[in-house]
Amino acid sequence: MSTDTLIIRDAVKRHRKTETVRGVSLTLRPGQRLALLGHNGAGKTTLIRMILGLTSVDGGDISVFGANPGDARARRWTAYLPEAVSFHRSLTGREQLRLFARLAGEPRGVIDPLLDRVGLTEAADRRIGTWSKGMRQRLGLAQVLLGKPRLALLDEPTSGLDPISRHEFYRIVDDLVAEGTAVLVSSHALTELEARTDGIAILRKGELVAKDSLANLRNRARLPIRLHVTTVEGQSAHVADKLGGTQINCRGVELSCKADAKMTHLGRIAALGGLIDDVDVIPPSLEDLYRHFATGEEIP
Amino acid sequence: MIARILAISAAELRIAVRNRWVAIASTLMLLFSLALTFAGSAPTGALGVDLLTVSVASMTTLSVYLVPLLALLLAFDAIAGDVERGGLALVLTYPVSRTEVLIGKFGAHLACLALAIAIGFGTSGVVAWALGGVNAESLMALARLTLSALVLGATFLAVGYALSALARGPGAAAGLAIAVWVVFVVLYDLGLLGAVVYDGGGGFTRDVFPWLLAANPADAFRLFNLTGSDELALVTGLSGAASAMPAWAAPAALFAWPVVALLLARLALRKVEP
Repeated sequence: MSTDTLIIRDAVKRHRKTETVRGVSLTLRPGQRLALLGHNGAGKTTLIRMILGLTSVDGGDISVFGANPGDARARRWTAYLPEAVSFHRSLTGREQLRLFARLAGEPRGVIDPLLDRVGLTEAADRRIGTWSKGMRQRLGLAQVLLGKPRLALLDEPTSGLDPISRHEFYRIVDDLVAEGTAVLVSSHALTELEARTDGIAILRKGELVAKDSLANLRNRARLPIRLHVTTVEGQSAHVADKLGGTQINCRGVELSCKADAKMTHLGRIAALGGLIDDVDVIPPSLEDLYRHFATGEEIP
Repeated sequence: MIARILAISAAELRIAVRNRWVAIASTLMLLFSLALTFAGSAPTGALGVDLLTVSVASMTTLSVYLVPLLALLLAFDAIAGDVERGGLALVLTYPVSRTEVLIGKFGAHLACLALAIAIGFGTSGVVAWALGGVNAESLMALARLTLSALVLGATFLAVGYALSALARGPGAAAGLAIAVWVVFVVLYDLGLLGAVVYDGGGGFTRDVFPWLLAANPADAFRLFNLTGSDELALVTGLSGAASAMPAWAAPAALFAWPVVALLLARLALRKVEP
């Protein structure tokens, strides 16, 4: 038996004739954190539902703690936060959490500390129908924490949350990881928060197009650096001509170059002396990096 | 296993109470039962039976319509609604089986139905007793009615779950539920009536018709109650069909239906991808 929490080998999901997940392979070890990125419809949710045993695996295999997806053993140690979770309106938060605790075989005493941990103590006895989206999402996180899971699958957990809630959310996820839980977080964007992971896996049309650390992905993509040159008034056309860049407005010129050609370009810009007012060096953003892999488009 | 079933039941009970189903169903049963009991006080002299016997006969006819409707209203959203909200997917990632989820919901809904039925028929019994129109036999008939109405309700709860699992959404499930209600409670009888009239007292009427009648849970319920008491049979004048087949047929059909329907619901639930 291996120590891997989750092993996915060549997993395939078919919907009639189209394959929505095509030959995806991933592994996740205890305490490891993986961001699963992709557009809407790239197959993220389907893959998570396959891991949970909620939908069939049509090819390849998935092993969760050495068991098949959906087996009692796998379910005991796996926690799930569905995308845009919607609990029953008529129940209060405490009642809903109590239901999950009873299903998980956890004692009544775990509920209050959990509600407190996600900041829902005050709202706990109001009906969920009156709650905001952020509060429902926090209740979803509270049920993830039930029973000390060893694998947590969070499907777009912070879409629609404000920045402060997102930070709070990820702080709790950090705690989970620190306790040795393997965490898979799916998202349709790559931001600083999602990037704080051990690995990034990017799905495109059901296929895994990248799976690496952020640093390695940056190196591999070799995305161009952008240079934004501000010229003195009215000289941008002239400067653009000289440097081979594009004129943005009457004072702005943009250039892009590979990382190793950066100094050469800066030298040429410096040589123009009085024509230049300022230069900004803009490294590729996380969004550029994500776009590069998720859409396959080359950024010039 | 029991703990998980009870957990599901407790949550479903709260939901049924909070969305006013229990209050509405109980009030409905109470009003209809009271109305029929008081209306029943008129013809007792003519037939020489007591007040409760007449009102049990009326309430039997009422229950054939009302109980399946209430049960279907409670059940149609149980699976489809949960799937749509995403709640069922989340629940099924816990160590709980689909059978446990089904039994848990069923237990809670059956308790709600039992309460509504007990309030309605119980009040009717008390009122009849207060007016002096009760004897041992009519009390037995009332007990039979209460129990069999619950069994009828259980059948339609389970049928409702099966439809809810097969439907594409809560809206479609509601439509299917109404269709099933119309077919079982109205069209089935009309169809049989038409066949009997066409047959004109031939082989179909004598040999096939009684069995077809017993096969429908709503009609089995009617037969079970009306043949249980000679006085009731007299009041309703529908003993002809009942005497054409063995005494066990109607009760067997009535009590087999909830079991069969629950198995069907479980099978339908297996196909659900929450």
